[in-house]
Amino acid sequence: MSWFDNWHLPKWFYQMASPKWFYDFGARLQPWFAGLALILISWGLVWGLLYAPADYQQGNSFRIIYVHVPAAILGQSLFLFMAVAGAIGLIWKIKVAFMVARSATLVGASFTALALITGAVWGKPTWGTYWVWDARLTSTLILLFLYTGVMALNQAIPDRSVAGRATAILAIIGSINIPIIKYSVDWWNTLHQPSTFTLTSKPSMPPEMYIPLLLMVIGCYCFCAWLIMQRTRNEILDQERQSSWVARYLED
Amino acid sequence: MYFTSFEQFINMNGHGFYVWLSYACFALLVVTNIWVAQQRHRRLRKQIKSRLGRSAKV
Repeated sequence: MSWFDNWHLPKWFYQMASPKWFYDFGARLQPWFAGLALILISWGLVWGLLYAPADYQQGNSFRIIYVHVPAAILGQSLFLFMAVAGAIGLIWKIKVAFMVARSATLVGASFTALALITGAVWGKPTWGTYWVWDARLTSTLILLFLYTGVMALNQAIPDRSVAGRATAILAIIGSINIPIIKYSVDWWNTLHQPSTFTLTSKPSMPPEMYIPLLLMVIGCYCFCAWLIMQRTRNEILDQERQSSWVARYLED
Repeated sequence: MYFTSFEQFINMNGHGFYVWLSYACFALLVVTNIWVAQQRHRRLRKQIKSRLGRSAKV
């Protein structure tokens, strides 16, 4: 494996691996993400609730899209994020990467639950039912169970590095579910409408409907960035409490 | 603005319950997540500080 030994990653990658460096780095970035999240989410909410036109078929229940779609996107993205962070931890034996993965779990699970709840609430006036066992809905429910499994595994193993490795493997295997959720609306006949956003074609909505949605999605990404940094910094404090730098930081 | 009166905005042509329930869940998720993270941060700081204080006395 000589190519692997000689292969060097950029300097910041190794800096990120230091808990103290990550703690400071997070503290510096957090206000920016908090500010961006606040601006984008309030802008998106006001636009989506007050100014966007109602859908010609669904009426005003269509406004649920501004919380449902960001929640679903974040739920899926954070699972992949957790798997990638876990893989980095496995490959380079980086403790901080496992802490990041652990911090993302509850955040991703709560967004997935929100996507399921708002989906059910939206389903009632649109389809006449809160729930159907359709491909999109079922695969999203499986995503929530996978998150629960990762959290349970994390709780069950007291040794942090063993728990980090075990949950990383579960998250990597569980990622198979993500493309299944994504393509479920194309592969199976489903009640769920097709994707609102695709990278290859123009949105099927007018700009006054999809721009607030875009603001909400980016705003929620910023909120998650802030939250995961805060949770990771908590995790660092907890696991590094014996270090001299933690004592120095808390003295003043 | 899409709505002409405040009542219309609350009612959303009969869809008010569904829309506001969804947005309330979103608000609850955001607030709870922030609260949990900051509460843990405060508790950890307090714990570590009190342990440091004890070891300084000894």
